[in-house]
Amino acid sequence: MNREIPRIGVYVCHCGMNIAPQVDVEQVAGFAGRLEHVVVARDYKFMCSNPGQELIEDDIKAHNLNRVVVASCSPRMHEATFRKACQKAGLSPYNFQMANIREQASWVTADSGRATAKAKDLVAAAVRRVAFHHPLQTRQVEVNKSVLVIGGGIAGIQAAISAADAGYKVYLVEREPSIGGHMAKFDKTFPTLDCAACIMTPKTVIAGQHENIELLTYCEVVGLEGFVGNYKARILKKPRYVDEDKCTGCGTCMEKCPTRKIPSGFEENLTFRPAIYSPFPQAVPKTPVIDADNCRLLAKNKRCGVCAKFCEADAIDFNQEPRHLEITVGAVIVATGFSAFDPSPMVQYGYGLYPEVYTSLQFERLNNATGPTAGRILMKDGRVPRKVAIIHCVGSRDKNHLPYCSRVCCMYSLKFSHLVREKTGAEVWSFYIDMRSPGKLYEEFYNRVQAEGVHLVRGKVAMVTDIVDQPGSGNLTVVAENTLTGRNLRLPVDMVILSVGLQPARGAEEVARMTGISTDGDGWFTELHAKLAPVNTPTAGIFLAGCCQGPKDIPDTVAQAMAAAGQATALLAKGTVETQAEISSIDPDTCSGCRSCLEVCPYNAIYFDEGRRVAVVNDALCQGCGSCAATCPSSAAAVAQFNDRQVMAEIDAILA
Amino acid sequence: MDASFEPKIIALVCNWCTYTAADLAGTSRLKYPANVRLVRLMCTGMIDVKYVIKAFLEGADGVFIGGCHPGDCHYINGNLKARKRIRSVGSILENFGFDPGRLTLQWIGASEGPEFARHMTEFVDTIKKLGPNPIKTRMIL
Ligand SMILES: Cc1cc2nc3c(=O)[nH]c(=O)nc-3n(C[C@H](O)[C@H](O)[C@H](O)COP(=O)(O)OP(=O)(O)OC[C@H]3O[C@@H](n4cnc5c(N)ncnc54)[C@H](O)[C@@H]3O)c2cc1C
Ligand code: FES
Repeated sequence: MNREIPRIGVYVCHCGMNIAPQVDVEQVAGFAGRLEHVVVARDYKFMCSNPGQELIEDDIKAHNLNRVVVASCSPRMHEATFRKACQKAGLSPYNFQMANIREQASWVTADSGRATAKAKDLVAAAVRRVAFHHPLQTRQVEVNKSVLVIGGGIAGIQAAISAADAGYKVYLVEREPSIGGHMAKFDKTFPTLDCAACIMTPKTVIAGQHENIELLTYCEVVGLEGFVGNYKARILKKPRYVDEDKCTGCGTCMEKCPTRKIPSGFEENLTFRPAIYSPFPQAVPKTPVIDADNCRLLAKNKRCGVCAKFCEADAIDFNQEPRHLEITVGAVIVATGFSAFDPSPMVQYGYGLYPEVYTSLQFERLNNATGPTAGRILMKDGRVPRKVAIIHCVGSRDKNHLPYCSRVCCMYSLKFSHLVREKTGAEVWSFYIDMRSPGKLYEEFYNRVQAEGVHLVRGKVAMVTDIVDQPGSGNLTVVAENTLTGRNLRLPVDMVILSVGLQPARGAEEVARMTGISTDGDGWFTELHAKLAPVNTPTAGIFLAGCCQGPKDIPDTVAQAMAAAGQATALLAKGTVETQAEISSIDPDTCSGCRSCLEVCPYNAIYFDEGRRVAVVNDALCQGCGSCAATCPSSAAAVAQFNDRQVMAEIDAILA
Repeated sequence: MDASFEPKIIALVCNWCTYTAADLAGTSRLKYPANVRLVRLMCTGMIDVKYVIKAFLEGADGVFIGGCHPGDCHYINGNLKARKRIRSVGSILENFGFDPGRLTLQWIGASEGPEFARHMTEFVDTIKKLGPNPIKTRMIL
């Protein structure tokens, strides 16, 4: 046990005008100076600045300090900064404690006197606690030089390519039969109207051929454990019933399959696919899958096997079973994207009721050269529409559905307006709440589409109905209010497109649970810091990219993917990580051998030493959750930096 | 109810969720009563029953415990273990003569700054209604 007498330095930060004057920092420093063991107490304008840190370093040397307390912002912000300052002056970084008097006092307390009183309590608690701090040991462990990317949309593909180009092995896991995500469904992309396939196919091909990328399509991550630098992932490989090594991708099986009337998910149910299928012609990988739920042989046990008969490569294998793979990686990038809002519950728009009401993703397919109409914008009866309505914000900015703005819908609606005008010459009526076009070249695109003669109406659509006012003018009527003119509108149209919002991907909660990522109220994954750590998560070594973090366009998605890959490869390049110091240990002299800690440990990090009849913590597995410490009836288990004396000292000081 | 009574409340909160929510409440400049003092822990699962009892015996008027929503615990299920443990404290508190309403456990996620401020306001209100920790009045007597 450490018997040195604490010599504590306390530093109260003004944080410019953020803490002072709301908290009387001079009074707090004066108060701190009178606390037991405090040798020096000061206040300073910016403790985190270089001169602020030097103040601490100089005092440590001049006053022979062995403990330091900084009262400033949240430790989540600057704990690392001040720990380093202590270390520079030769003090253990663990002999340090922060009092958060900004987020917890000055910013949240209306009354200045009460803010100051609260700040004093928090400082007293930190001072009393730090007296019980001691230097802690850490180790350097090696980082596994590979990355797991979950989700093969444009975010996952780009992150995989960037990390693979840096020289690291990448496992790219996609649950669908092929990679590409939503972007693979588009024909054109705003604001430049680039052909989506032209810019995406090169990326999917690289991902498919890169020597450092192992594509794991039709796979799902079912388990993840471990810690930064050493994650173990369990991956479920669903049976394709087609041998990937033998298949040449000739497509004969798909032509010959007698089961042809299965709604195609990739085509947004606008057309059908056979039971053995590949989602789209340029799919990577091109190996098809057999949909076991609809295959005559696999689902209905009928005699069929037509695909096998025609397969010259002998690649069909009806006996494939689900397999599990185990991989070890140093970092994980989560890129599970979004799913489109299903407008069926908004019955006023008639989706599912009227055949000429489409979702935006359906329109993307209708407009796509490889889609059901070979890119011609046609109604179900084969006619070219003469009047088209586009309804923005379907589901979005709506308290009953998605309270937020989905960010891309105004822009893709403008894209649709342009495409309908260009391809059909039809009249386009676009109904918006507010036009949102913040982005490079976005406002310009908006102006261009406006100049193309699109009717932009500010107002929410009340209803879409098949009650037609004038026979022959269109098969649907859009009822809306123009909020700029205050007039009500009954507009006959041939086709309605619903610009649905974005919501987290199906199964996102499961991914969040497995990776320890938290989600916000809407289900999007939360980044470590909204501004300064946009692709990091609270768990070291786990990063985010793309729409899984919130709705965004392709440029932002790609930028985030590159950032996530940069963060992951920086970790891998460093080669080692320092183990966490804040882990549990069990005092063998106090342990009674009751084993209750073994039962509560979520990581199986405690084993029982039969020889000594005591429980022992495996420090490579312990994450420092403290379940054992809270359970141990003999108080033998304790988490470093959160032991009973330290926590109780804090409580004591607050209540003193 | 004594209008001048300003309770002192100890909040034992998880670093990953409620502490972060408190930071967010701060960043968003949400105002809530200054009666609560946060003690940061890594997980509600490390909260020993004796911390709670000690806080009450030393005069805390209320103890607030804030953890991650079920399923969100950074350490798998520390929050559920905490819930189980905290439930068992209720009866102990009653034996000591404390109203079990002085202790509460709430789930507040990292992005729930406004919820954090609301919980603080409500809990301070509850404790004000319950009055000072009986230990303190006994000592004065
Ligand atoms: C109708 C519409 C039109 C759009 N048009 C444009 C445009 O013109 N220009 C533009 O910039 N943006 C546009 N966008 C936005 C664009 O779609 C997104 O920015 C982009 O697709 C985001 O890519 P992502 O990889 O993050 O997500 P996604 O494209 O959703 O990809 C996620 C991938 O992860 C997979 N996945 C999900 N969960 C799991 C799991 N648990 N395990 C394994 N794999 C999983 C999915 O199958 C999918 O392949 C449009 C959006 C919509 C809805
Ligand atoms: S990590 Fe927050 S309660 Fe366990």
